[in-house]
Amino acid sequence: MLSASNLTCVRGDRSLFAGIDFEVGAGEWLHVRGANGCGKTSLLRLLAGLSKPAHGEIRWCGQPANDDVFRGDLLFLGHHAAVKEDLTALENLQLASSLDGDELSREEAVAALRRFGLQGREDLPVRFLSAGQKRRVLLARLVTRKAKLWVLDEPFTALDTRAVQFLGTLIGEHLEQGGMAVVTSHQAIPIAGGKGLDL
Amino acid sequence: MLAVMRRDLLLAMRRKTEVLTALFFFVIVTSLFPLGIGPETALLRKIAPGVLWVGALLATMLGLQRMFASDHADGTLEQMVLSPTPLFFLVAGKNAAHWLVSGLPLVVLAPLLGVQFDLDPESLGVLTLGLLLGTPVLSLVGAIGAALTLGVRGGGVLLSLLVLPLYIPTLIFGAGAVQAHTSGLGAGGHLSLLAALLAMALFFAPWATTAALRISLE
Repeated sequence: MLSASNLTCVRGDRSLFAGIDFEVGAGEWLHVRGANGCGKTSLLRLLAGLSKPAHGEIRWCGQPANDDVFRGDLLFLGHHAAVKEDLTALENLQLASSLDGDELSREEAVAALRRFGLQGREDLPVRFLSAGQKRRVLLARLVTRKAKLWVLDEPFTALDTRAVQFLGTLIGEHLEQGGMAVVTSHQAIPIAGGKGLDL
Repeated sequence: MLAVMRRDLLLAMRRKTEVLTALFFFVIVTSLFPLGIGPETALLRKIAPGVLWVGALLATMLGLQRMFASDHADGTLEQMVLSPTPLFFLVAGKNAAHWLVSGLPLVVLAPLLGVQFDLDPESLGVLTLGLLLGTPVLSLVGAIGAALTLGVRGGGVLLSLLVLPLYIPTLIFGAGAVQAHTSGLGAGGHLSLLAALLAMALFFAPWATTAALRISLE
């Protein structure tokens, strides 16, 4: 279970948000909403451990969330493409997996890319792909990496309607299997249930 | 660690120009001296170690900034920091790849370029051995600077100002080894000190780089 208590984020002299509390249990997801610049991305970076909160604490299964156990359970996809333009879609996916310590066979990687509608594009350098397709290469990690907690920053940007549907289904399946997700999005997310958090 | 090495080597293969630029820089800078000074072999022999080492230093500096900058720009660095694999090993792997791509070619080319300075075969051997021990130190120490200046505007100049002073011990002992050898004192002491610098850098530099990366990403 992911829990945050009294989270405060300060950027420069400005306090972005203060006193945020929430809990996300198995099978639950949290929809972080708010206007541009209100600190959604900052909150997600705090959760992932990329920056430290000014006050407050984040706990994962009762332990402070900053150890290798937490990082093993976490999959954070930020608003960056986070793919290497000079490598092919397949190489990107395989190398990202092996950096995380699990080797992915060619077949597994190809299968994951196909699920995201990238058949025939596996061996193309990513710089020849469109923004939406690059996004899909990154999102394919949701299929290949076994992580309990997904922290997704605007995962639906640049995706077409079918891909949005598919991603919604994928998150739904993840939740059914006892996973957790924290998602920011301006769009209505096609997933049942979920708690809202307005910044 | 091997995974990140494989990745960085693959990327270097896809972008050969970046690697070759630094290498040609080294070749041209070190070739300009004999051309400019003319056929005064005694003088050339004397300045050879210094010129070759300074050339190697500057050639290493050229590629240093890119070590983390492109990964930072496209967000893959974030993924590395969040990876369950300890960042120390990933940084060590990146260092190793950087040395293989930018340090090792310098070591291989140095004896060839040394011939222009009329160095005898033994001195060339000492020079090469010195570079073999010294260039990994340049990569390891440079990585700390590259991590610290990540995302800073005009980071390139700042990086040189930060890192070049830290290269001084390596330069002194590296160039000193050849001079000590030609003057008949033996290069053993200098090379041992270079090896000691390398051992120290291997142990501490990735750790410092890791800390610097975490600060830069915050």
